[in-house]
Amino acid sequence: MLQINKLNAQVEDKQILHDLSLNIKAGEVHAIMGPNGSGKSTLGNVLTGRDGYDVLSGDITFNGKNLLEMGIEERAREGMFLAFQYPVEIPGVSNMEFLKAAVDARRKHQGLEELSSFDFMKLARDTSKQVSLDPSFLKRGVNEGFSGGEKKRNEIMQMMLLEPSLCILDETDSGLDIDALQVVASGVNAMRSSDRSFIVVTHYQRLLDFIVPDYVHVLAGGKIVKSGDKELAKELEAKGYGWLESEVA
Amino acid sequence: MSTSVTPAAEFHQHALALAAAQSAALAQQDNSPAWMTTLREQGAADFARTAWPGRKTEQWKYTSLQAFQDFVAADWGAAPEVGSEVVTDAPSGADTDTDAVGNTVLSLDATRLVFVDGVLDMLASDALPAGVTLFSQADADADKIIADHLGKIAGGVDASRRNLFAMLNNAWTCDGLLLHVPRGVTLERPLYIAHVSSAGAGQPAALATVANHRVLIVMEEGSGAQVIEHFVGSGAGQPAFVNALTEIQLGNNAQLHHTRLNMEDEALSHVGAVHLNLHRDSRFHGFTIAEGSRLKRIDYQMNHCGRGADLKLDGVYLARHRQLVDYHTTIEHRVPHCTSQEVFRGIIGDRAKAVFNGRIHIHKDAQKTLAELNNRNLLTSNAAEVDTKPELEIYADDVRCAHGATISQLDETALYYLQSRGISPSQARVMLSFGFINELLQGLPHEAIRTALGTHLAALFAADRALVSDVGYSDQQAIDSESV
Ligand SMILES: Nc1ncnc2c1ncn2[C@@H]1O[C@H](COP(=O)(O)OP(=O)(O)O)[C@@H](O)[C@H]1O
Ligand SMILES: [Mg+2]
Repeated sequence: MLQINKLNAQVEDKQILHDLSLNIKAGEVHAIMGPNGSGKSTLGNVLTGRDGYDVLSGDITFNGKNLLEMGIEERAREGMFLAFQYPVEIPGVSNMEFLKAAVDARRKHQGLEELSSFDFMKLARDTSKQVSLDPSFLKRGVNEGFSGGEKKRNEIMQMMLLEPSLCILDETDSGLDIDALQVVASGVNAMRSSDRSFIVVTHYQRLLDFIVPDYVHVLAGGKIVKSGDKELAKELEAKGYGWLESEVA
Repeated sequence: MSTSVTPAAEFHQHALALAAAQSAALAQQDNSPAWMTTLREQGAADFARTAWPGRKTEQWKYTSLQAFQDFVAADWGAAPEVGSEVVTDAPSGADTDTDAVGNTVLSLDATRLVFVDGVLDMLASDALPAGVTLFSQADADADKIIADHLGKIAGGVDASRRNLFAMLNNAWTCDGLLLHVPRGVTLERPLYIAHVSSAGAGQPAALATVANHRVLIVMEEGSGAQVIEHFVGSGAGQPAFVNALTEIQLGNNAQLHHTRLNMEDEALSHVGAVHLNLHRDSRFHGFTIAEGSRLKRIDYQMNHCGRGADLKLDGVYLARHRQLVDYHTTIEHRVPHCTSQEVFRGIIGDRAKAVFNGRIHIHKDAQKTLAELNNRNLLTSNAAEVDTKPELEIYADDVRCAHGATISQLDETALYYLQSRGISPSQARVMLSFGFINELLQGLPHEAIRTALGTHLAALFAADRALVSDVGYSDQQAIDSESV
């Protein structure tokens, strides 16, 4: 699904990611944990192709294609999805219009017909209910005036509508109460399948009780300093990150 | 006057000649009310005495009146017949296409009145509801209301700031429309007034159309209404000049929602104004939108005259090609405890130009005033121009006042977000540019208008890249922003 090989990347002339390698096979769930500022969001932004995040060296293959040659929207149409740590508010653009444009673009790329407005509205309403978001949120501006939890649920709704093959969740759990956390987790679990992979970025072991990962990686100082299975997350929870950082240094 | 007569001087002469010809026609009918004679004579005298605005005239500093050349060589034709009704096959609502707000009268759930070149088109209009009357058909009561208010609201502006075209409107007033809402009454249906310019349709090309529109709205204590004024061009593409003046009196506790849509096509020149007096605890919610043309100059003069009054005005302007749009707004806070909130947004493309001047004047006694003014502009080409200027004069010390004007660009983060969902950069730019103004459209209470405007504008944005911003064209620049 995704092979990252010796990735070095910088933001505004400052190198953030160092020789990062990661191999994710179809159907796997990888958790990435690590202290603030370790480069977790940077990795997400590099993968989606955001301007200003420059790859210095290394390569990334996504579904057998060279990811670094694709534009932002091409990556999305190919099935990459990033649930933002801080979803963006776009007043004046309705959530429904936004979701329809996104789904149309993805379907067109897959050689499928666009859904009629009627069918799409029905689909969007059903999906919003699955993430416990009132359908009235579809009429509002994109994330406009949404609470933190509502924004995160809107991200999961987009993920469900777009049916991506690689889902990156960037601290989707932060700021959520336990009910909202369960909504998010059950949304993700419902989407787990043998041809879809997940990168779950989180600070807390808590989320991983609900979304059980196959692998856990620790990112510190822009490097993967340790990898393991779900037990590693528990160890981190108990000991913090300090012991790893000192181990590396 | 020098021997080489300038276009301005020639327009001046034509304008006064037209006023004189109308006066002669009115005299023949010898039933015109006394107030009208006074208003016209005073208007003509004021206009004759006032110098044509030039580059040094503060209120016209950024707006050229070159467009008036269109009218000086033209034969203006005869004075319109007074009090007559026309029957036209010009735009009618029967086949309303919501896609073409620009040149189609809308079908709304509202009482509809259609004026063609200033004259009521009976066939295209509903019967006049209670409280609505033409000046020419006013009974004694209505006549008194007109005499009490017409020209007085617009005439209340400081002498140094009086508007030349308001004087001209007085001089040209042969008829007009009165809406009078009595004490405690709320109009059940919105009043939709379409001002159609035939723009010389069916006339020889040399004949320019000149139309004078006058509306007076008098709301008594505790009354409520919704009024929509829609200026429509015929699309004939011939020069026309429209001078439209609306005066509004809001009694204590009265509420008015007023929408003014200026969608006339490129060839038309429009000079218009809304003058408004707000009395104690009254509320005004205004919305205005203008697409550019040869010349579009719209003034809002709003006066807080009684405590506790509330004012909100949203505005949108869109200019492309070589169009011009100029909004000048003034709010006079004369009394304490009033609020005003103004939000204007514009998109300017190609070689077009926009002017926005927002003046807030807080008088010495206007303590506890809350005033906000925000103007944002999106420039979509290097040759596009905007002159924006908030103007604050504050003489009271216990007030809250915030104002800001910016030239913006599309939000890069929003653009990235849309693209990260598979939306192409070019579609994302259309969505964000339209969203920039759509945000204000969402405040319109009349859903049918919101839909009609939304559909029309979405199509316009999709069809003409001139209004779609490319990131990187303009620099984010705060021109002026402060809190007092
Ligand atoms: N757009 C940016 N401009 C400048 N520095 C950035 C930017 N994005 C991230 N960084 C820097 O990169 C480092 C990693 O940040 P980030 O990837 O957000 O960490 P994490 O998500 O692990 O908390 C930090 O030092 C941060 O300041
Ligand atoms: Mg982060």
